[in-house]
Amino acid sequence: MLANLLPNVQWEKMWAATVETLYMTGMAVAATFVLGIVLGLLLFLTAKGNLWENRFVNTVIAAFVNIFRSIPFIILIILLIPFTTWLVGTMLGANAALPALIIGAAPFYARMVEIALREIDKGVIEAAQAMGASTWTIIWKVLLPESLPALVSGITVTAVSLVSYTAMAGAIGAGGLGNLAYLEGFQRNHNDVTFVATVLVLVIVFVIQLIGDVVTSKIDKR
Amino acid sequence: MITLEQVTKIYQAANGSVTAVDNVSLEIREGEIFGIIGYSGAGKSTLIRLLNGLEKPTKGRVVVAGCDMTRVKGRELRKARQEIGMIFQHFNLLWSRTVRENIAFPLEIAGVPKAERQKRVDELIELVGLAGREDAYPSQLSGGQKQRVGIARALANNPKVLLCDEATSALDPQTTDAILDLLVDINKRLGLTIVLITHEMHVIRKICDRVAVMESGRIVEQGDVLHVFRNPQQPITKRFVKQLIEPEETEEAISHLFGQYPSGLIAQLTFVGAAAGKPLISQVVRQFAVDINILQGKISQTHQGAYGVLFIHLDGAADEIARALDYIQRQQVEVEVIHDAR
Repeated sequence: MLANLLPNVQWEKMWAATVETLYMTGMAVAATFVLGIVLGLLLFLTAKGNLWENRFVNTVIAAFVNIFRSIPFIILIILLIPFTTWLVGTMLGANAALPALIIGAAPFYARMVEIALREIDKGVIEAAQAMGASTWTIIWKVLLPESLPALVSGITVTAVSLVSYTAMAGAIGAGGLGNLAYLEGFQRNHNDVTFVATVLVLVIVFVIQLIGDVVTSKIDKR
Repeated sequence: MITLEQVTKIYQAANGSVTAVDNVSLEIREGEIFGIIGYSGAGKSTLIRLLNGLEKPTKGRVVVAGCDMTRVKGRELRKARQEIGMIFQHFNLLWSRTVRENIAFPLEIAGVPKAERQKRVDELIELVGLAGREDAYPSQLSGGQKQRVGIARALANNPKVLLCDEATSALDPQTTDAILDLLVDINKRLGLTIVLITHEMHVIRKICDRVAVMESGRIVEQGDVLHVFRNPQQPITKRFVKQLIEPEETEEAISHLFGQYPSGLIAQLTFVGAAAGKPLISQVVRQFAVDINILQGKISQTHQGAYGVLFIHLDGAADEIARALDYIQRQQVEVEVIHDAR
């Protein structure tokens, strides 16, 4: 019956595309999480009145973040083609999508990290300093744990955006559900393929959001 | 224990500079509870932060427990800070950690091994009376309990000095008293030097040995609490003392009584650390041929004596009244005749 309703869907291809999308999203989320936190911490710590107050570094990072956050993703992929071919050796396949995905998402997430860190009560940082904590200790034991729920909900939002970024990257040859929907569904006019690919993307997004919400509420003790 | 030598702190603001602490010299002795009182903006918050190096003075020297806080940097400064506990008005606990983990935090910073940490945390929980709440998160605690966690955390590394930054200002009166009792208890038991800043006179009265009054960055008056309260010199000190012993409406409330007493006089007796437990009124009545009627008053007893004000009506022969007033004055009670019907 399924075959009658969806005559053009080849389930093996569909499954392979799903795995590719999950792979791209997973790798990009992991890298974005780390890179975003590093950038966000730097933005926060070098801001006025904070531990590493440094106007120059702050301005440079803020400019970098703002520029890469503002470039539309589809254009960013094209701009990064030379960089990607130099780094990965090809412009095709899931791995080739990763540099653009990470560079597109990390600055976005860095801003969220910065906002999360700014929400932390300054008094708590002062208390840690008064106890003789080093900046390193403050980062690991105060800043990150105290902002963790916001960091997790932020990465959830970013992960959802990353899923749609992978679809865009797919359109220009990175593979995954976006690629399949574009080549098989749109160009060959197989609407059932587009439909199934869309449903699978939705399922991925829902699962990501669910995991994010559950983890956030579990670690939030406020 | 703590010495401040001509300490000045100037902040550079967009519209000129602000002198938060102005040429302050102070000597705080080992084992005493030293209070600094002032209205907000007087510079007391900055002053207390100079003591653990959270602020660096623009000029002058700060020595705490033999360590020159103005000189030390980096690792040495962090080490020195472990000798100085601090508690805060808004507690500043880590909400992501339980009571137990919050108290363990300074021990982690000091590099205490885990087993020892556990043992020390248990002791501290016992000390501040939080047994049974070890695994609660700060959001599940009342204000008083949070401050107890703050105190336990501040004491974790056996500091020599405890700094209290408006530690009771966010608490209700009962809880304030309980926390103050705890501080006195800790001071006695551990011989800890306590420096506290506050804008509440009753905090000073209740637990401090000595007090400094701060106004616009300067210390305008300091000395033993009793001495300062008995002989306030500066207008601001007088205002603080007044706030303590005399509810503002009292004098007006009493004035409508004047007409009801056509003879004798109405006097205001002000008790500032008068010898506690001395039956003043009955002695006066017994020794002099006068009648005394207590009109209104409020006296509270502290370990330094009685504080408060009493309005009495005195009637009798003029010379007896004069002798009675003279006698009262000699009992370290201030007398002010506010209405004389004679």
